[in-house]
Amino acid sequence: MFKTFPGGVHPPEEKELSEHCAFEVMPLPASVILPLSQHLGKQAKPLVDKRATVARGQVVAEADGFISAPVHAPIMGTVKSIGRENNSNGYMKEALVIIPAKLKEDEEAPADVTMPPLDAETATPDEIRARVKEAGIVGQGGAAFPTFVKLNPPEGRELESVIINGCECEPYLTRDDRFMLERPDAIVSGLRLIMRALGVQKGIIGIENNKPDAIASMQKAVQGFDGLEVCALQTKYPQGAEKMLIKAVNGREVPPGKLPLDVGVVIQNIGTAVAVHDAVTKGEPSVTAALTVTGRGIRTPKNLIVPVGTPIKDVIEFCGGLTEDAGKVIVGGPMMGVAQYNLEAPVMKATSGIVVLTKEEVRAREETNCLRCGKCVDACPLHLLPTRLARLAELNRLEEAEEYGITVCMECGSCAFTCPANIPLVQWLRLGKQRVITMQRSRKADAA
Amino acid sequence: MSSVTVTEAPNERELLLSTSPHLQSRWTTKQIMWFVVLALLPSVISAVLFFGFAQLLVIAIAVGFAVGTEALIQYLMKKPIAVSDGSAVITGLLLGLILPPHFSLVFTALGAIFAIGVGKMLFGGLGYNIFNPALVGRAFLQAAFPVAITTWTIPNFAVDTVSKATPLAALKFDGVVTGLSSMMYGNVGGSLGETSAIAVLIGGVFLIVTGVANWRIPAAMLVGVIVFGGGLWLIDSSYPTPLFHIFAGSFLFGAVFMATDYVSSPITNLGMWIYGICISLVLVLIRVFGGLPEGVMYSILFMNAFVPLINRYTRPRIFGEVKS
Repeated sequence: MFKTFPGGVHPPEEKELSEHCAFEVMPLPASVILPLSQHLGKQAKPLVDKRATVARGQVVAEADGFISAPVHAPIMGTVKSIGRENNSNGYMKEALVIIPAKLKEDEEAPADVTMPPLDAETATPDEIRARVKEAGIVGQGGAAFPTFVKLNPPEGRELESVIINGCECEPYLTRDDRFMLERPDAIVSGLRLIMRALGVQKGIIGIENNKPDAIASMQKAVQGFDGLEVCALQTKYPQGAEKMLIKAVNGREVPPGKLPLDVGVVIQNIGTAVAVHDAVTKGEPSVTAALTVTGRGIRTPKNLIVPVGTPIKDVIEFCGGLTEDAGKVIVGGPMMGVAQYNLEAPVMKATSGIVVLTKEEVRAREETNCLRCGKCVDACPLHLLPTRLARLAELNRLEEAEEYGITVCMECGSCAFTCPANIPLVQWLRLGKQRVITMQRSRKADAA
Repeated sequence: MSSVTVTEAPNERELLLSTSPHLQSRWTTKQIMWFVVLALLPSVISAVLFFGFAQLLVIAIAVGFAVGTEALIQYLMKKPIAVSDGSAVITGLLLGLILPPHFSLVFTALGAIFAIGVGKMLFGGLGYNIFNPALVGRAFLQAAFPVAITTWTIPNFAVDTVSKATPLAALKFDGVVTGLSSMMYGNVGGSLGETSAIAVLIGGVFLIVTGVANWRIPAAMLVGVIVFGGGLWLIDSSYPTPLFHIFAGSFLFGAVFMATDYVSSPITNLGMWIYGICISLVLVLIRVFGGLPEGVMYSILFMNAFVPLINRYTRPRIFGEVKS
């Protein structure tokens, strides 16, 4: 039996569209749109002015505050504008637009900026942390939390293990799978650097069993290293959610409102481990994004390495363009990703995929009455009552919703996926959760 | 909450916008309902086999009037006519199958009208009814036509030893025990669809394997009947054995098709266990100590009333939460 957590759903995996496509490096785009806020936390502060010439790898915006990350120029070029641009989270955000510089004949292109390589075996915890911070690495699992912060746990916290999240439980996406096949040693090296930074002796790589090649590849890569192991997990969504992954791997439950840290675990994504390795051993800042471009609405599915900031439409164009019947463009996976209305929006540091579904696949189904079948209750990995919470949210009975734990919801969408009546359960929960949080804030403000 | 279609000028394409998840499982309300209909077919066949083709008419009248009543009420209330979702068909089928053979067609129609009109639409339609509509219809008929509804006919293929009464009545009032194998096949007295245990079990296995019905409720009812029925039988062996409880009357039919009704049963796993076990407790009490030979209908209806309460007090422990 493979390890897992109770609850969850089994969406069609659809990995075969792109799982055999090795990474390709995409040529430089005509321009990049570089949001200053590509991470959770405070937006970075720009360091360059309009019309400045920047080198690839040059810091163009510095971290502003503890939870923040610097932004580096992904291509050599000229800053065309600084202003609000669409980003793929669906908001307008402050961004730099950089176009390749037109150099005069005698002018020499500025050399790429990299940091001095460190020896992976001898780098000290402080050096590793400083490098990760300097390189602007953010979590590659989707939430884009600055990685440096995770490597700086509060004093006195007993940490036991680092878990590398190789589940890739979102349907369609194969980026992490490709990383495990193509760069297993970089992942192991990144994991060991993260472990050293945290002073942890145990490292586990959790992989869903629908990726047997990746499991074999990683098992081979960890051989000969003490304290490292590969943990094969049952294929189930949302296996890659931090709380679910910890439950599956070591049986511990992260309490509501707490962090993996509180049960002695730090989780990092496969892509993050690779980025840490590259930053430490090659001195590379976070200027490229690895992503899967897939779905039946795209002509040639691919796994790509693209400069951060590349417009989605350019990436789609590079993959042969949209098919005639393309109906929805999603950044991220189909379970938690964001549907796009503007394909000028850029790929960001944590973008893991672009999935294009066909019109037929996204045809809206009619919503019918709740049958109280309880399928959503069975599916909810956090043991909430989605049907009840959705109803409370709809009726605006926020206090009851709070009591029933609406703020615990991580919006994985398992309930809405499974509902035979097509009730937008997680959408209602999202709305209710926002309202409850607003209510809690005003309550706090009143008390103060 | 609906999706918005936007025309994206630079790409000259219509892209659908909505929030995640962007995938949906294959299950729809309609599909689930028609699977239940499919699961009831073996029981329909057994009804025809043991009580003759005339029984198809009883079932057809029940279905026809159930669907017709629902459509009419939806029409009168200017709501979309949603009978194609199959839920009224199920109510009609269930009602038809829990009636005695050769039951009056007029009474059948009245029962179906009552089941849908009062049991379902009065509460607000699909998803809102507190009680199982088919059982509401049956309870109405029991109250209105008590003699007609307890008049049983001898099934086809009956051997001499089979009495006209149901096995439960035979035991209760005459002390006659009916053999298990007869109850398995169904050539015993009783309602149309519930006399053949095999037919019910085929439907039940189909529903549980496909994931339509939650297995917990039938399992809880089995546990309950074995514990309570078996307990009494151990105390006094003149009481029916647990196996007799299971195969006689409508226990199996109720466990598979009535108690598992989504709308009128609990949504939490613990709640399902409590609900099923309590149904069996009430059932055994009625069968052994009550004035009636059978009690499945009453025990399920009785527990239906407690479902909101059960749901409220069986809220699952939230992941990671430590209950104080």
